[in-house]
Amino acid sequence: MTNIPETGRTPRVQIRLVVLQILVLSLLLTLGGRLWYLQIRNGAEYAKEASGNHVQQVVSPAVRGSILDARGVPIADNETRLVVSASRTDLMKMPDDGKAVLAKLAGVLGMKASDVTEKVRLCDAKTPQPCWNGSPYQPIPITDEATPKQALQIRERSEDFPGITAEPEAVRRYAGPGGSNTAQVLGYLSPVTDAEIEKAKDTSSPYLRSDQVGRSGLERTYDKELRGKAGVTRYEVDNLGRVIGRAKSDKAETGASVVTSIDARVQRVAEYQLNEAMKAARQQYDKITEENYKADSGAVVVMEAKTGRVVSMASAPTYDPNVWIGGISAKDYKQLTGKGSDYPLLNRAIQGQSAPGSTFKVISTAAAAEAGYKWDGGYPCTSSYSVGNQVFKNFEGENFGPISLGRALEVSCDTVFYGLADREWKKDGGINPKGTPKDYFYKAAHQFGLGKTTGVDLPNEVTGRVPDRQWKQRFWKSNKDSWCKTGKKNGSYVEKIAYENCLEGNKMREGDSINYSIGQGDTLLTPIQEAMIYGALANGGTEYVPTIGKAIISADGKTVKEVKPQVKAKLPITKATLKGMNEALAGVVTRGTAAWKFGGWPQDKIALHAKTGTAEVYGKQTTSWLATYSKDYTVIMTISQAGTGSGASGEAVRNIYNALYGVSADGTIDKKKALLPTPLKSLPKIQADGSIDAAKISDDPVKDLQAGETDKSGTTDQQPTAATTPSPTASNRNTRRRTARPKRRRRLFT
Amino acid sequence: MTGANNFSVSGYGPERASWTRIFARDSVARRLDWPILLSAVALSLIGSALVYSATRNRTEINQGDPYYFLIRHLMNAGIGFGLMVGTIWLGHRTLRTAVPILYGASVFLMLLVLTPLGDTINGQRNWLAAGGVSLQPAEFAKITIILGMAMLLASRVDAGDRQHPDHRTVLQALGLAAVPMLVVLLMPDLGTIMVAVIIVLGVLLASGASNRWVFGLLGAGVLGAVSVWRLHILDEYQINRFAAFANPALDPAGVGYNTNQARIAIGSGGLTGTGLFHGSQTTGQFVPEQQTDFVFTVAGEELGFAGAGLILLLLAVILWRACRIARETTELYGTIVAAGIIAWFAFQSFENVGMTLGIMPVAGLPLPFVSYGGSSMFAVWVAIGLLQSIRVQRPMSA
Repeated sequence: MTNIPETGRTPRVQIRLVVLQILVLSLLLTLGGRLWYLQIRNGAEYAKEASGNHVQQVVSPAVRGSILDARGVPIADNETRLVVSASRTDLMKMPDDGKAVLAKLAGVLGMKASDVTEKVRLCDAKTPQPCWNGSPYQPIPITDEATPKQALQIRERSEDFPGITAEPEAVRRYAGPGGSNTAQVLGYLSPVTDAEIEKAKDTSSPYLRSDQVGRSGLERTYDKELRGKAGVTRYEVDNLGRVIGRAKSDKAETGASVVTSIDARVQRVAEYQLNEAMKAARQQYDKITEENYKADSGAVVVMEAKTGRVVSMASAPTYDPNVWIGGISAKDYKQLTGKGSDYPLLNRAIQGQSAPGSTFKVISTAAAAEAGYKWDGGYPCTSSYSVGNQVFKNFEGENFGPISLGRALEVSCDTVFYGLADREWKKDGGINPKGTPKDYFYKAAHQFGLGKTTGVDLPNEVTGRVPDRQWKQRFWKSNKDSWCKTGKKNGSYVEKIAYENCLEGNKMREGDSINYSIGQGDTLLTPIQEAMIYGALANGGTEYVPTIGKAIISADGKTVKEVKPQVKAKLPITKATLKGMNEALAGVVTRGTAAWKFGGWPQDKIALHAKTGTAEVYGKQTTSWLATYSKDYTVIMTISQAGTGSGASGEAVRNIYNALYGVSADGTIDKKKALLPTPLKSLPKIQADGSIDAAKISDDPVKDLQAGETDKSGTTDQQPTAATTPSPTASNRNTRRRTARPKRRRRLFT
Repeated sequence: MTGANNFSVSGYGPERASWTRIFARDSVARRLDWPILLSAVALSLIGSALVYSATRNRTEINQGDPYYFLIRHLMNAGIGFGLMVGTIWLGHRTLRTAVPILYGASVFLMLLVLTPLGDTINGQRNWLAAGGVSLQPAEFAKITIILGMAMLLASRVDAGDRQHPDHRTVLQALGLAAVPMLVVLLMPDLGTIMVAVIIVLGVLLASGASNRWVFGLLGAGVLGAVSVWRLHILDEYQINRFAAFANPALDPAGVGYNTNQARIAIGSGGLTGTGLFHGSQTTGQFVPEQQTDFVFTVAGEELGFAGAGLILLLLAVILWRACRIARETTELYGTIVAAGIIAWFAFQSFENVGMTLGIMPVAGLPLPFVSYGGSSMFAVWVAIGLLQSIRVQRPMSA
């Protein structure tokens, strides 16, 4: 085209056409802008809304993993129960709010109609129990004990029971294999709380409303592993709620199994022996309080000396862990935790702390050696030790003359340790030390790992206490006000103590250090700490973190995560000192304070070492301690208000060794009867289908052992007493402490 | 002048292959506005994919055949294309002479809708069903209003008698538009009324009619809208549909739900969309009438900003080129027809997309070329034919 065609139009039209073009363009720009706003700026928000629009979630809970003993025997697993549940949302859609359906259901289940309706009503301020306090959108369980026939009736006539389901569900079970109980070690489950759901919402393992959470024991420590992963199936639904596809489906993953180092048979034996020992102690007469021993609580720990793995751990009094299943009733809960209860939920092996008595002398011995006292030096074991106007006595005025450190440990001579501790206290500068005191005896306790938790894989372990200068200062600070208020110089015993404490409770007094050297006074230890210490003496000086979990094995058995033994500390003692201590502690078994209970023991084949302890507790009967070890195992038993260590626990501990090594009462060894002559290294196998290759376990290993005993000797309950060792008198107490001024004591097992 | 030169060259030139003749200088094919044509074809094809995505699962309307709507949409587009070719072949000037017939026919068909022959869908009696084929005569009325008004308004100007149409002519033209609009009002078809009003405005604007008419008509439109509101001429459902775009709570189960779901669908598409056939809002049929009025939501969700933006861009190309055609043609008749089509396309697109985006009230209007619907498809292709004809025939009047 060579020329512009003549339009013949007026400028008015031309301008208007331009206006029209601009208008059109701006309309399109408006659309584009709005499109950008919706899709780019707010796109994520709408995408979320869209997914919420069309996705319905159906959650299937994961089956909780099992807790197995070292040989694969389940000590906590699941059983299938038929659970009948009602969906409130469905019931509320009915004209009568589902009353007719619930009445019919009550008929099938053989329950009262009112009971069923009460179970599905929602809890509020005005509604008393029973009522449902979970989410109203979640199926509400009516019963978990439906018979197959009842379940079948409900499922076959589903049109008669709208909103009612009868489904098999996995319910926790504490099987108690071989008559073992293991209650406090296992712990328990209870329903998840709103706060926990909220807290775990964005973590890798969020909770479901129906989840049970481990509250104590292994159930709590290994909760995350045991819980598994709930399956979530997301269905795509259309605008009418019809399912048009399965968007995403995560299958429920069964929780992993936790293999423990617990041997259910040994556990049963330990529990039985602890209980027997306590029963026996209650038959014993205590001359001091002039009544029978109360033996109100106790604990026993059997630990592998070379790894820290706990083979059994029992605490008394105990309870049946199955009370927690299906929700604990208020009455049961009160019985377990109320004021009148004997607190059976406490695991006294890790939560019970008391003065260790003479079992503490291994630490004092180590401290003395560290402080430079010669092992074979002649230390005077006099009948008493005087400081100013105070007299610290040896038991019944025993006097062994000058003896070595080893001998002092073996005969548990208090005065030797008094003297050594007192000398160190004076060296450090007495009550007002200048510079930094050496505090050998306190340092040793810390080096042995006392005053803090061992790190055992159980929750709420307590620390025990080393009453060193720092602690005294702290304790005085928090108590001086009340001491100074109630203290009277010439008042009652308690008032006098308060008065003194007010004046100088923040200082390390001479008597404090003397008391401390023999494990009395403010020192507190837990049985698991004792097990750790004596285990280290057994294995050549290495303290291991005590563990119960041995491995975590996935439900299909494919991935195995082993819990490796973990070194906690090396004992601060030389090889020579350790050797001396081992010899001394062996002597305790052959000729010392425990000998009267270990007569006839095949010491040449299975060398045992022991230290007895009897701790005084103000206002109570003495706490008995018996710390023992062989090459492979440490066995610690303590019973509160039960007299002496050997007297209360000697037989029980010996019987535990008998069971472990297959030793008969007469000292012969039958390897076939030995439950665990050497620690079990291998792990049980879990097959891909989830079945466990568990070892067989009899109904009651204790009965088996006793039966064998009867067959062999033809006698029962006959306590062999060795002729070589004198049988101590009934009042034998291997540790005694008499001071002119008894000190305030900590209450046992606080 | 140039035309004559070219004519003589081709007249004495050697024989040419037929395809070269088609594309020879000044041939019809060379003079076609290709961007418009290609955009219209592209929009029709995109529309068929979107319609297919929206209907393949809707067994309650697709009679069990997932391709039911896809095939029909393509057929409609094909017929539309044929109508465009026919329109170009006839030429808009020929059609000018036929306006009285076309006008009479379309008004007659619309009146038929009001008789028992008509069908009511969504409260609107705007369908004519006969022999398995249904028609929406109102769609064709848009064309006849444009052609009729253009004929009246341009006749004396194109004849050189006047610079601008006089008042009498404008009145005549308005009267001509008023008849079909009244019939539409009786249906009642709110969307078409709105489009018709905009078309009348666009036509008057382009005709060079006095500003008084343009602004007077605008004022009358506003006044009319207010009085319709006040005097309850519209049914309750129509008012609700109208207001719910801004406040979904007014009609939460109806229009409020629709607009909300439409917005979610589009918003969730993001930049690139969920991919064709993968939109959950579309698959889940959360957006009603998604193959027709709400077809843009499919694009928004499944093709994202990229795809939905492309649709807007193609519409912009058509409108932009149409504006050029309106400006460049030499006779007022062509200018007015083009302007009427521009007003029609622009407003209908804006209203349709705007309502899915929640910035315009919901009114039943199809998106040109994209929405499913035969009558609409035919009408917009005829309009494309008219635009092409104006462009093709431009030089001959020089």
